[in-house]
Amino acid sequence: MPLATLNTAVLITSSITMVLAWASCKMGSLPRFRLWMGATIALAFVFLVVKYFEYSHKFHLGHTPAHDNFYAVYFTMTGLHGLHIVGGIIVNSYLLGPGTKLWAKDREHFTNRVENAGLYWHFVDLVWIFLFPSLYLL
Amino acid sequence: MDAAQHEDVSKHMGQYYVVFVALLCLTAITVGVSYLHLARPAAITVALVIATVKAGLVAAVFMHLISERKVIYAVLILTAVFFAVLLLLPNLTTFEHHSGLPGT
Repeated sequence: MPLATLNTAVLITSSITMVLAWASCKMGSLPRFRLWMGATIALAFVFLVVKYFEYSHKFHLGHTPAHDNFYAVYFTMTGLHGLHIVGGIIVNSYLLGPGTKLWAKDREHFTNRVENAGLYWHFVDLVWIFLFPSLYLL
Repeated sequence: MDAAQHEDVSKHMGQYYVVFVALLCLTAITVGVSYLHLARPAAITVALVIATVKAGLVAAVFMHLISERKVIYAVLILTAVFFAVLLLLPNLTTFEHHSGLPGT
């Protein structure tokens, strides 16, 4: 549970850095966008690393998906959520890397892409906000 | 980016930080409440109410729902309705069980 609480904080922080990345685009600063988007991706990796420790601890205790209904649900929900984190990392990395070329051509278009990636990212955060109390605290 | 837009975003920056701190505080409260070991129905209610408030903050401020047009709300409500239907779908098996229909 302390690990999950840490991960909740990590994901919330990555949501604010995502907002800051988008706001930097809006305010016309590509370097600041790079900084905040980089932070968002780094935090997403932190989330996955923490998740890795959490999973290995559970496996160590013999709490596999086959253990009981709770762990079947637990691994399905957190596993699917984790896959969405991976998806977010891929899209955000594209925007931070090759996707940035669009900035020179059409700033507004690029900013809209960042905003949409942000909507996705915030929703992944939003889902975690419900998963966390449901699976770890109750 | 024109100057008006620039100003528009910087005006909201404070709001983003306030929501960020609020989300962290609400997380701390949820965790704190879980140590009180309330009766199950009360614990579920408190946890889900706090989660809903947090989700509301994220959707309204980070996802800019608060400044969206009506049509976005209409789509959102439709989605929420279908989501509720999806959640309640497994209950059908319970109803069947009570009615004593075959295959239950």
